[in-house]
Amino acid sequence: MSAAKAERPAALFWAEFAESRVAVFGLVVFALAVLAAVFAPWLTPQNPYDQAGLALMDARLPPGTVGTGGYAHWLGTDAAGRDVFSAILWGLRTSLFVGVAAGAAALLLGTTLGLAAAFFGGRIEMLLMRIVDLQLSFPAILLALVLVASLGQGLAQVVTALVAAQYAYFARTVHGAALSERRKEYIEAASGIPLKPARILLRHLLPNCLPPLIVVATVQVANAIAIEATLSFLGVGLPVTEPSLGTLIANGFQFMLSGRYWISVYPGIALLIVIVSINLVGDRLRDVLNPRLRR
Amino acid sequence: MTGRPPAGMTAGHDTPRHRALMLGFLLQRLLSAVVVLAAMSVIVFAGVYAIGNPIDVLINPAADQVTRAETIARYGLDRPFWEQYWRFASSLVSGDFGTSFVFNIPALPLILSKLPATLELALSAMLIAILLGIPLGMLAGLRPEAPSSRAIMAGSILGFSLPTFWVGLMLILIFSVELGWLPSGGRGETVVIAGIEWSFLTIDGLAHLVLPALNLALFKLSLIIRLTRAGMRETMLADYVRYARAKGLSRARVVGVHAFRNILIPIVTVLGLEFGSVVAFAVVTETIFSWPGMGKLIIDSILTLDRPVMVAYLMLVVAMFVLINFCVDIAYATLDPRVRLGSR
Repeated sequence: MSAAKAERPAALFWAEFAESRVAVFGLVVFALAVLAAVFAPWLTPQNPYDQAGLALMDARLPPGTVGTGGYAHWLGTDAAGRDVFSAILWGLRTSLFVGVAAGAAALLLGTTLGLAAAFFGGRIEMLLMRIVDLQLSFPAILLALVLVASLGQGLAQVVTALVAAQYAYFARTVHGAALSERRKEYIEAASGIPLKPARILLRHLLPNCLPPLIVVATVQVANAIAIEATLSFLGVGLPVTEPSLGTLIANGFQFMLSGRYWISVYPGIALLIVIVSINLVGDRLRDVLNPRLRR
Repeated sequence: MTGRPPAGMTAGHDTPRHRALMLGFLLQRLLSAVVVLAAMSVIVFAGVYAIGNPIDVLINPAADQVTRAETIARYGLDRPFWEQYWRFASSLVSGDFGTSFVFNIPALPLILSKLPATLELALSAMLIAILLGIPLGMLAGLRPEAPSSRAIMAGSILGFSLPTFWVGLMLILIFSVELGWLPSGGRGETVVIAGIEWSFLTIDGLAHLVLPALNLALFKLSLIIRLTRAGMRETMLADYVRYARAKGLSRARVVGVHAFRNILIPIVTVLGLEFGSVVAFAVVTETIFSWPGMGKLIIDSILTLDRPVMVAYLMLVVAMFVLINFCVDIAYATLDPRVRLGSR
């Protein structure tokens, strides 16, 4: 096996990951999506949210038409005359930002709570895990919907709602992992030295709980993007001033029935590509990081 | 939420001790259900209370100060939070959820009037998921390496990844806009039975039901395929299955009876638990397909800040989840031979 020659753990890990071509493809596509989102202002012919740059004459042009700007709208234009391609890249910025920000914050909150529960045990553990279990028995989309309804529209509100709806997955995962790790000898050895509890927690227990956490984090970023898109599509997510891919799809929905499919469908395809590519990477990570499948 | 009966019950026969244990188990689950409901009522009320002032919705901006004060006092909006909660909770017990700000009729009957449409949709979706999912999952589990099985699994991964609303849009685009085979929204022609409208009894109604039900079913379908496949792969390696084969029973009988029965237990559990989430996801599907159910009502009431309807809907959904969990606990104790409580 080629992986045997590699020395560093990172190289080993990559070699194993790269055995699945589909996963590598997913990673490449996701990286391209991130790059496209970051460099959107330089890659797009138009800033879709600069009202002055829009012409109503350009409204609802089918894909490939050359508009008043003198360049072709390869993916068509929407009802306000926005270039759909430009709108997608700018929307991708918002969608990816929301997904990654919510995923990272939920990871932080969930890991802290899960580790604390496993470490302190007793009543704290019972209370925390009881809340987590209760929350997990409700679908995340419903929780997010309720939270957005009470917090109101806006980027910060949507991210908060997503974090509150998703931290429980991290808490449950890290709690389970920490419980089984805690019984192992290296933790006993570390407590016997004795090292400070905080050091054992952060330097010994946490690193060994990382593999399942990484998998959950990948999946939850994809979920966060999907839930945000759903909320925005339903009209309770991001406001029109900060459009995500979900907002774009919602805007085009009314025109779809009259056959102007491109306003909704192309942002939809972009959303799909992002979510599927993250899930492909996550699926492979799950296999690579699963100790039960270790060869 | 998914507590198991105490271990003492597993030895269970029809003994007084066993009955006492069962009764204790039931009471314990019931008590925890009531606690959850009470806790959720505080959370839901607090959450909805935090929403911007409903007065803006209720009162004509041009109204004078006196009218404003009168309306505020009438709805009790000037009272402190705990007093409002107390009033809410005590009327809740008597089934009074307040009056919709928008429709000006009691919130609970309003939601209940939309319940049949949602149930019809949810049950149809579950039916599709079961009728397609179990055979496909068994197929994929019996021959895991076959191309057809790989295709089924690839499909189920897509079913997991695709957001429900996106699939709904594609269904509308393909079957309504492009092909023109099926309608894109509404319930179509309905038949009234026992005072309730049903779509599935007319051809037109069925045509309206197909797309939304399929849309709602997709996620559960993927889940059932995966569960069945995993169960099938495990079960086919079990000793009793080998024994049944060795005994000379036909493959069809071994798969259809011996293996099938044993993969049913986890599937029934998950189906029970997932029914609540089907109703929750109906929010998305109903909005896309303009299906006049509870889900569409809640989105509309969130957009119009119709507080009583939101609270009533949420409490109803919470109660449903609690009830489902309770039933699954009981069903589990009855289905699983290890915790069988057989009173016969």
